[in-house]
Amino acid sequence: MAVKPRIKLSTKQAKKGDVVEVKALVQHAMESGQRKDSSGKPIPRKILNKFTCTVNGKQVFAADFEPAISANPYIQFHFRAEESGPVVLTWTDDDGSKIVGQDTIKVN
Amino acid sequence: MTSILNRRQALAIGAGVLSTAVLGMSEALAKNNAEEVIKKFTGGKAPAQGRVKLDLPEIAENGNTVPMTISVESPMTAQSHVTEVMVVADENPRPGVVTFHFSPASGKAEANTRIRLAKTQNIIAVAKMNDGSFFTARKLVKVTIGGCGG
Repeated sequence: MAVKPRIKLSTKQAKKGDVVEVKALVQHAMESGQRKDSSGKPIPRKILNKFTCTVNGKQVFAADFEPAISANPYIQFHFRAEESGPVVLTWTDDDGSKIVGQDTIKVN
Repeated sequence: MTSILNRRQALAIGAGVLSTAVLGMSEALAKNNAEEVIKKFTGGKAPAQGRVKLDLPEIAENGNTVPMTISVESPMTAQSHVTEVMVVADENPRPGVVTFHFSPASGKAEANTRIRLAKTQNIIAVAKMNDGSFFTARKLVKVTIGGCGG
């Protein structure tokens, strides 16, 4: 199932040097590896462990997630608008798969 | 005679078992290795208080999702900026919560996410500056219903 993250930029058009806020929400169970199923067997850990955001190919923010991040992880951060281009958000799963979301920013 | 010895032995064994049980319990109650993790992050340096702001509720009704905002006072220029902020919780099963990576391109050293807290505990944020200095802040959050399952 393809997961589609929800991404919201505080503005789509910014002046050069402005700070833009990004809010993003992605659906994921973030199984902590601490829980047990009904038969008492531990449920293996499966989380999104890495998040990165690039604007026009340059990394502006990243985060390493641990199992202590809630299910359906929400993240809010900022970047400085320098040039127009795609804003790409990537979450990396423990199994190596990636969830990618994209928006664009126009810088005047 | 032998019966007394046996009783003493039995008592001794009983006490032994009891003390290990107590020890085991105190270990379970003891904090996780949060301090160690911080030491590793700072390379043994003691972080200074200040500049870091940890915004968390005083009382979290649901430990499964506790909103947390971290902000660090910094101009975020190429000369002076925050490179990393590590967040640990000292009584979760594992101390690590999240590490944010900033750069001057971040514009603002602030991030928000939602975290899981197993029980009432301290949240500690340690910020690393580009000049190699460290700043820290901590906050106690009271948790009514723990997260992390169990």
